[in-house]
Amino acid sequence: MLLYDTLKDWLGNEWAWLISQAVSILLLIVVLLVMIAYILLADRKIWAAVQLRRGPNVVGAFGLLQSFADLFKFALKEAVIPAGANKVVFLLAPMITVTLALGAWAVVPMADGWVIADINVGILYIFAVSSLGVYGIIMGGWASNSKYPFLGALRSAAQMVSYEVSIGFVLITVLLWAGSLNLSEIVHQQALHGWNVFSILFPMFIIFFISALAETNRPPFDLPEAESELVAGYQVEYSSTPYLLFMLGEYVNIVLMCAMTTILFLGGWLPPLNIEIFNAVPGIVWFVIKVWIVFFMFAMVKAIVPRYRYDQLMRLGWKVFLPISLLWVVLVAGYLVSTGNFPVVGAS
Amino acid sequence: MLILVAFYLFAAITIASAVMVVAARNPVHSVLFLILAFFSAAGLFMLAGAEFIAMILVIVYVGAVAVLFLFVVMMLDIDIAELRQGVLEYVPLGGLIGVIMLIELGMVLGVWAFAPEAASAIASPAAAGVQNTVALGRVIYSDYIYVFQACGLVLLVAMIGAIVLTLRERPGVRRQSIAKQVARRRADGVELKDVKPGQGL
Repeated sequence: MLLYDTLKDWLGNEWAWLISQAVSILLLIVVLLVMIAYILLADRKIWAAVQLRRGPNVVGAFGLLQSFADLFKFALKEAVIPAGANKVVFLLAPMITVTLALGAWAVVPMADGWVIADINVGILYIFAVSSLGVYGIIMGGWASNSKYPFLGALRSAAQMVSYEVSIGFVLITVLLWAGSLNLSEIVHQQALHGWNVFSILFPMFIIFFISALAETNRPPFDLPEAESELVAGYQVEYSSTPYLLFMLGEYVNIVLMCAMTTILFLGGWLPPLNIEIFNAVPGIVWFVIKVWIVFFMFAMVKAIVPRYRYDQLMRLGWKVFLPISLLWVVLVAGYLVSTGNFPVVGAS
Repeated sequence: MLILVAFYLFAAITIASAVMVVAARNPVHSVLFLILAFFSAAGLFMLAGAEFIAMILVIVYVGAVAVLFLFVVMMLDIDIAELRQGVLEYVPLGGLIGVIMLIELGMVLGVWAFAPEAASAIASPAAAGVQNTVALGRVIYSDYIYVFQACGLVLLVAMIGAIVLTLRERPGVRRQSIAKQVARRRADGVELKDVKPGQGL
């Protein structure tokens, strides 16, 4: 960190660390939010294109400023709090959602060394933080003190808890393969052995992708907010800024899942081929390109796949993904041991 | 200094939210404070350098157990006034238990001393430069693998026991068979009849 080194002489270690961390966190959040604004626009544009519509095209050229217009609209409207609501919890819920969603980005390596906290249990941290995300939804649904939000929150919680199990097993196969829980280390391993998606882990890539859709409540698994039956699920009573925070948290989580897919399976910041020209391009560019490609798949799924029924969703999670991913943990471990490639403990 | 500030912050939040678990009027608030207490306890583990335990605490207790807890408490129909009525009756008993536990704790902590052989036992596993995830993995999966497997077996038996006890086969319930539905073809369900005019089927 350049800033850290320059500040160290003036302020001493601790303050320099604090300030440089704060600056990099701020920078990350700003860049992330601007990217989310355009991801949102892309989502709507892709959806529209599949349905032969134009999508948002009024605000700015090609509707490029649409997300910012939406932001102002949400921020300037009156926040309505239902009289029967539990006010503190009602307002706390969207804040928790967005804080946790942004907090998970602390350990995501965007290029070699471009990470705010390069901790050894990075994968577990992401898993822990994303498992906390369910609280925002449950609290929002309960505090609204009305039927639809509560039902939506219950559905959502059951769904997220179910799919977390298979995501957990997918993560275990990946970390067995890489021999590390550090996300940067996992990408470095892929530089040596090729991307994980082209290995024995390919089925895990598919399971992870579908589980990520379910985990982030994206269509076809958007049952918590199924408009036709639950109006808008846990968000029914929310308006203006609290609603904005919920939606922001959801999209930050979606981009996080895209980034995790990129890091775990698509080689993170690594170029697709180990060629001079590709290597000259900075890693962050490859990373962002890959995230956008994964997000394009997310958006296409939203546009073309019909919504699942609730029992089908539960069956897919517990009776299909869980056994397959469990089997794959055994298979990968067995393969690594039998070929003598099992990661040696503490060797790195 | 930063670590000290963080420690006191987490410790204060842990204690305050633990008190609120008992003091909160609304049971759902109690559970939410319990979750906050778990979470800041994880922060304390983190500061102590036990990052693996901290993450597992968050994943298992906060992410899974407390969610189920919250579910149950939310769906209970609780009358708070009725709940408060009986509280005073139990104060002497609860106070007595609290005092006994406090005395016991004082007795334990008052005479606390490391056994002479403990120092060598502590010093053995944690070699310098080994991450604590790795150290924990070595202890659990290499040194004490059979004990660990035995624990797993006990849990498995308990789980199967719980399922067997609550499982009941109800007659007359129609169940969905996905394989059957998928294997169904058009020919099985639809038959085309050539109906003559004026005759009907």
